Amino acid sequence: MADLLDIRNLRIEATSYPPGEKPRDGVLVDDVSVSVAKGKVLGLIGESGAGKSTIGLSAMAYGRGGVRLTGGEILLNGRNIRGLGAAGLRALRGREVTYVAQSAAAAFNPAKRLLEQVIETSLSHGIMGRDEAEKRAVMLFGKLGLPNPETFGNRYPHQVSGGQLQRAMTAMALCPKPDLVIFDEPTTALDVTTQIDVLAAIKEAIRDTGVAALYITHDLAVVAQVADDILVLRHGKKVEYGPVGQIINAPQEAYTQALVSVRSIDHEEKAEAPPVLSVQNVTARYRGTNFDVLKNVTVDLPAGQTLAVVGESGSGKSTLARAITGLLPVSQGRITFAGRELGRELKDRSRDDLRELQMIYQMADVAMNPRQTVGTIIGRPLEFYFGLGGEEKRRRVQDLLDQIEMGKGFADRYPAELSGGQKQRVCIARALAAKPKLIICDEVTSALDPLVADGILKLLLNLQAQEGVAYLFITHDLATVRAIADRIAVMYRGQVVRYGGKTDVLTPPFDDYTDLLLSSVPEMELGWLEDVLARRRMESAGN
Amino acid sequence: MRMPLSAIIGLVLTGGFLFCAVFAQFIAPHPVDAVLGGVWEPPSATFWLGTDTIGRDILSRMIYGGQITIFVALAASCLSFGLGSFLGFLAAVRGGWVDQALSRTVDLVMAIPSLIVALVVLSVLPINLTVLILVMGLLDSTRVFRLSRAVAMDIVVMDYVEAAKLRGEGQSWIIFREILPNALSPLVAEFGLRFIFAVLFISTLSFLGLGIQPPLADWGGMVKENKDGLIYGKAAALMPALAIALLAISVNLVADWILSRTTSLKGGRGG
Repeated sequence: MADLLDIRNLRIEATSYPPGEKPRDGVLVDDVSVSVAKGKVLGLIGESGAGKSTIGLSAMAYGRGGVRLTGGEILLNGRNIRGLGAAGLRALRGREVTYVAQSAAAAFNPAKRLLEQVIETSLSHGIMGRDEAEKRAVMLFGKLGLPNPETFGNRYPHQVSGGQLQRAMTAMALCPKPDLVIFDEPTTALDVTTQIDVLAAIKEAIRDTGVAALYITHDLAVVAQVADDILVLRHGKKVEYGPVGQIINAPQEAYTQALVSVRSIDHEEKAEAPPVLSVQNVTARYRGTNFDVLKNVTVDLPAGQTLAVVGESGSGKSTLARAITGLLPVSQGRITFAGRELGRELKDRSRDDLRELQMIYQMADVAMNPRQTVGTIIGRPLEFYFGLGGEEKRRRVQDLLDQIEMGKGFADRYPAELSGGQKQRVCIARALAAKPKLIICDEVTSALDPLVADGILKLLLNLQAQEGVAYLFITHDLATVRAIADRIAVMYRGQVVRYGGKTDVLTPPFDDYTDLLLSSVPEMELGWLEDVLARRRMESAGN
Repeated sequence: MRMPLSAIIGLVLTGGFLFCAVFAQFIAPHPVDAVLGGVWEPPSATFWLGTDTIGRDILSRMIYGGQITIFVALAASCLSFGLGSFLGFLAAVRGGWVDQALSRTVDLVMAIPSLIVALVVLSVLPINLTVLILVMGLLDSTRVFRLSRAVAMDIVVMDYVEAAKLRGEGQSWIIFREILPNALSPLVAEFGLRFIFAVLFISTLSFLGLGIQPPLADWGGMVKENKDGLIYGKAAALMPALAIALLAISVNLVADWILSRTTSLKGGRGG
């Protein structure tokens, strides 16, 4: 039997317009061939810029702004859809192929009820009548594990949670009975505890409806749970293509091997030491609200060690950082740093307090002024805190660049001319320039590709060994925690629910939340999803 | 990126106007207020654009008039931008009561049509160039305030501004080193538009008799002097009106080009 989707020698090009230069034609995807049989799931995996979304969208003959499908064939049901006219594409999209986007919140119209949007495509294509479409939507809601499937569709997008919205979008994609669904990073924006539910729902819906799917993600552990085959991409070229078992258990190419073994840094917990930072009974709320986002938080961070603060979004971990830096004055409790009690607000703190407590952000590209060169960015703390100038400053900037393994020639560049990993390195150098005792790292690796993130973590560990700086490491990613932490604080709804040395915190018996959190992190093995779900069912049956 | 044709036309015309304004004394064929010909003479070899209501050379008066019009509008725009953008940035950085006080004051001023405010103020104060520039600049600064506050609000929430605050930087560093360079592009484009409004405003004031005072020439005043000629089919009043329109269009073309460049930068690499 011929495959449902058969992509042969696909070539995709785009014109880029770098400011101040001539437009350039670039090849985004080069000579990629891949096929998906009916009812099968193909995982497309790679780092950002690998061309995975571009290939995924080509299955509906679509190229994002300026992207052109210039070569090869895209056979859907045996028919080449590349170069189809507007009417042909309109008939194709939404009927044969549908799409699930990463951000469900941005993809739904906030002014219309969910049900209307879920059945819209089925109606506009005349695939089924309103009654039948509504019945199907309710059936899909139920299948996707949404609460009260009969009435769920009467709600507006803002009335449901992010995970539910993502499932509603899956229902929207499945409603017109397509042959192929494209999932573009459907769980990336979700918390790890929500991700597992959505993942299970998507997997079950794919199986029950017998639809074929392209599953695009950067997370190999996630795709290992849902895909039958995996295509590993890099720089728009195929790296490796094969059944999921082979890719995960016996990868052939070096790049795939690196992806599979990522975050395997082994970090030994350091011995107890006197704290450099001590947070005692801190309670805080945002101005104009009467809800405490931090409730009675107490943690210690030993000098030269790493405290990982873990939790899902909204758990208060970033707020804790804001309270420590003084951006959010605490309403109760005290924060002691390097032996002195810190002022509640930024303006109450001495220049040394500010200097010794530095911060690194999640989004490196908005953490640097785009109009300043790398030299200015790193040089400013030197000038500001130590009064360095001229040749002395220039030399120290170069030292710092060497320390972050970036070498010569970077001081005159602007942030826009750096890669994501390089940007984060420059932010690290800026923090380091102040000779801090503590650096607060707020999700510093979350926006980076796995291999790049790995490099950043290794760099941070090296710098800790050299400079003896302590890290307060905020993250939702437990693999990162294992790789870097000495102590761990698990936060949930503004409270620290578990705190201690890394080994203690990660060893059972767990409290309920920590157990849920730890067991939700996808592991790089086949059948992990089923195992976890089966165990949870058993536990809840036992209770 | 190639410069679009419209931008080239705009730049050439704007450049021409500026050149004439700066070198008016050398270019103008006749003195500004010398009565040399008959009333409303048609264009001729001596008077290229004809003569006006009392027989002065229209071309020369337009060149001198351009000098004053452009100078006043430019000075007023500079004043409004200096003041408006600084206060706008300050409001965005400080927030709280500073922002409230400044914003509500600006709301109050903007609630009254600027032309009416200007007419009232100018009918009380002595009319000279300094007063004109101050009145126009202050009134227009409210609009610049609004824009720069909005632009700065978007920048203030960026992590690099937070990083500067955490470093302990003072307000002047944050305003001039972190915010200003990033707010410059939209402000420069807006400058062109505000400049045109200033030209129209001073022309309106002069037309109403409260702007540039005779015997000095300016375009709005020239329209007023020659408007009666329209009844007799004389085109004298149309010449300065045409100059106002042409300057407005050409500066707009340049501003559009700058604006489109900055927005494409925003969509691209943020550089």
